[in-house]
Amino acid sequence: MEYIVIIVSAALISNVVLSRFLGICAFLGVSNKVDTAKGMGVAVIFVILMATAVTFGINTMFLEKSGIFGLDLTYLQTIAFILVIACLVQFLEMFLKKFIPSLYKALGIYLPLITTNCAVLGVALTVAQDYSNFPKGMIYALGTSVGFCIAIVLLASIREKLEGNDIPESFKGKPIVLIIACLMAIAFTGFSNLNIG
Amino acid sequence: MENEKKISFFGCIFNGIFTENPILVLMIGMCPTLAVTTSVSNAIGMGLSTTAVLVASNALISLVRKITPDRVRIPIYIVIVASFVTLIEFLIKAYFPALYESLGIYIPLIVVNCIIFGRAEAFAGKNNVINSIGDGIGMGLGFTLGIIIISAIRELIGSGTVYGYTFVPEDFRAALFVLPPGAFLVLAFLTAIQNKLRLPSASNKKEGCDNDCLHCTIHKKAVTVEESK
Repeated sequence: MEYIVIIVSAALISNVVLSRFLGICAFLGVSNKVDTAKGMGVAVIFVILMATAVTFGINTMFLEKSGIFGLDLTYLQTIAFILVIACLVQFLEMFLKKFIPSLYKALGIYLPLITTNCAVLGVALTVAQDYSNFPKGMIYALGTSVGFCIAIVLLASIREKLEGNDIPESFKGKPIVLIIACLMAIAFTGFSNLNIG
Repeated sequence: MENEKKISFFGCIFNGIFTENPILVLMIGMCPTLAVTTSVSNAIGMGLSTTAVLVASNALISLVRKITPDRVRIPIYIVIVASFVTLIEFLIKAYFPALYESLGIYIPLIVVNCIIFGRAEAFAGKNNVINSIGDGIGMGLGFTLGIIIISAIRELIGSGTVYGYTFVPEDFRAALFVLPPGAFLVLAFLTAIQNKLRLPSASNKKEGCDNDCLHCTIHKKAVTVEESK
């Protein structure tokens, strides 16, 4: 039950894109078509889960006072995590290319974009600071990344529907996408009245 | 466009604030733009810390550009930027604890601000130190200016104040604007106005952010004196 509460609140109530503004670049940029949005969403889920698992391990093993150095090195979190994420994404790209070409074909082009997706670093830092329990942290990471996936796929579906429509000249392009995002954000604030747990 | 002309220090500053303003023209670095613009004081804090990181990282990256092997430049940039962000985080924590509380996780996230990597890749890695510092100052102040404008609108309509001074009586405020949807709405209307007036912005040009911040191509045209030699 506790896990369900974490997932729902991470995915819907405080949605990573629409209420915490992480990963906006990808959200606005890679949402032209539903297919690409799906690819990006799945790639983000994949990378966030891997990155959170690895950074959680590094944090408890090396950076925290209870780690093997016995020093409080948590101030190095930012440097360590971003390096780990960059390496992980590179490694993942090479690994998929070599061993799972079909998955690489589906996710490959999105992987390099994800290094600078702030959702990944944001989740890794939040988990390291707020969750001391590994399963709970992972569940939170899962909820957040699923939230990202939901938001980007929804936005892409609306944008596809919008294509033939008569939009005022000055609202074509970015402005109308931002208006859609605004309406989605309003809709998602409705979830904050969900009474769970 | 500027390929033939020699880029000057002040030219770089001007370019960052006006011609290629990162928020209003290039539309990059959207995450902090939307997230911390609930009040003008937050925006100023965020803008100035980003400027400091940008100037320092641009200067250092430009200094080491000749001894940086091309193939490992990205990790080197990442370490340089992340170190400066950690320093800034310490400074804010020590001297402005209230700001540290309200910016929270967005301070470490300066690391992944597209503006910083974009400038490192497109400008600082190819130009001399003086110009890179100028570019850092210009882009940083341009970013600060952009988020101050957005935050002033949001704060005025949402909480009726600007930088803490009350302008709008309580009955006429729309709290929506300080909530997340307001950020999208204000930015949407700002870009729409730019489109209407045919001002340069990323949404009415063919080229725009392709979200690949590590290989940013937006600024390629503004580069470079040294490369063309």
